[in-house]
Amino acid sequence: MKVSAPVVVFEDVSIRFNGPPVLENVSFQVGQAETRILLGPAGVGKSVLLKLANGLLRPDSGRIFLFGEEITHMREEELLRLRIRTGMVFQESALFDSLTVRDNVGYQLMERNLPEDEVSRRVREALQFVELGHTYDLLPASLSGGMRRRVAIARAIIDQPEFLLYDSPTGGLDPVTSHTINELVVKERDVYATPALLVTHRLQDAFTMTTHRYDKEQEKMVPLPDGQIEPNTSFLVLHEGKLIFDGSTEALLTSEDPFIREFIA
Amino acid sequence: MTLEQLESIAKRQILAVQEYYLFCLQSVTNLFRAPHYVADILTQADLIGVGSLPIVVLTGFFTGGVLALQSAASLAQFGAQAYTGRFVSLSMIRELAPVLTGLMVSGRNASGMASELGSMVVTEQIDAMRALGTDPMKKLVTPRMLSTVLMLFLLTIVADTVGTAGGAFVAVFISGQNGTQYFTSAYQALVWADIAQGLTKPLFFGFIIATVGCYFGMKTTGGTQGVGRATTEAVVVSSVLIIFSDFLLSRAMLWLLPPV
Repeated sequence: MKVSAPVVVFEDVSIRFNGPPVLENVSFQVGQAETRILLGPAGVGKSVLLKLANGLLRPDSGRIFLFGEEITHMREEELLRLRIRTGMVFQESALFDSLTVRDNVGYQLMERNLPEDEVSRRVREALQFVELGHTYDLLPASLSGGMRRRVAIARAIIDQPEFLLYDSPTGGLDPVTSHTINELVVKERDVYATPALLVTHRLQDAFTMTTHRYDKEQEKMVPLPDGQIEPNTSFLVLHEGKLIFDGSTEALLTSEDPFIREFIA
Repeated sequence: MTLEQLESIAKRQILAVQEYYLFCLQSVTNLFRAPHYVADILTQADLIGVGSLPIVVLTGFFTGGVLALQSAASLAQFGAQAYTGRFVSLSMIRELAPVLTGLMVSGRNASGMASELGSMVVTEQIDAMRALGTDPMKKLVTPRMLSTVLMLFLLTIVADTVGTAGGAFVAVFISGQNGTQYFTSAYQALVWADIAQGLTKPLFFGFIIATVGCYFGMKTTGGTQGVGRATTEAVVVSSVLIIFSDFLLSRAMLWLLPPV
């Protein structure tokens, strides 16, 4: 039986910015078709960890592998080649504010000089996926926070990435919009089986993802039957710069660690 | 201030110079590496060149005019009013047109570049660009650098022309001089070395404006307050560097192409 190589591997990764370490000896991996949810209180270094995963930041020590290649000391030009194979949704969407939704979503395709017709077609498909087809010609400034987040998801998935990074995709959104975003994340996971690393500090969102699946026929997210838990979605917990938990939903719920017990209470 | 604090400040300054040097080097080497963003170069050329045309025309015209006004009065005392054209054209072409155009474009564009790129940094748009597989140095910095160098060169020629015309306007309509005499004097005074000096400087000034503006923009930290700080620093540093490099360039050009 062929064992699939992990998409991302962290080995004893540490990083600091003019002060105490933000991350210290962090090790974990993300396997094929696996969704890892990174939990932790605000300011613990979750976004930093996400940026390390695709080389936007460099660690002070340790090693990071992306698609089997070590990126720890890789030159920026080589990293760009690997980043094209990933998609990233930023905390505040990070849409290009001087470009229309169409140009934002189709940015990667335009950079590759694909024909305009193909770019337009694929942008419409991606916007359809996030149910924002009507925003095609609008500028990001005229969209709500939730819509921007969905456009950011469309931009991240348009080129069918092999790995997705979500930085607090529901942060700062109301419950209804958060539900829509969660549904999109679950849809991407269940329809395309794209491996992902998702950062959140909202437990409710995290557990929604582990207890629901996307039903293609009903075209919506539905609960898994009989209290089942999605087997390919598991957790990482960061606390004071250290990874204190790496395991399944069941293991998280039965953890004896006092911080985790307090965090999930 | 303790010795440790002084050492820390000195180290920060040296690090900034080193970073700026590497930044400039990368912006130049990118000219020879694919991909080349031709559309972005043309867009920036339009923004920087065409956009700066009104202020450069106005500055050039009135500077030429005031030069003629001041010089005509002084030269008249020696009965040398006929040399007004010579004085205006030499001053404009060698010094004032490149420096004033550089300062004007610096005020308008170095600040614009710093604030635009700074805003992109603090809203993670630069990180998003990198995450999408685009090199921001190639996409944002190199086109601005190339466009500013080319456009400042052309804007300086415009300022030379308009400045000389402004001098002629004052000489003819205010000082009552003969127009033909003014232009003959202006033309005869000029030699190749003057033109070379006047048109070499904007190449350096344009490079300074774009690289300083982009450098401060790309290094922005600290949210919107940081963007404001980067914008101010970009204008101050680029203006001072223009004046300073003008002195060095004048010295070098006078040595390379001595006046005959």
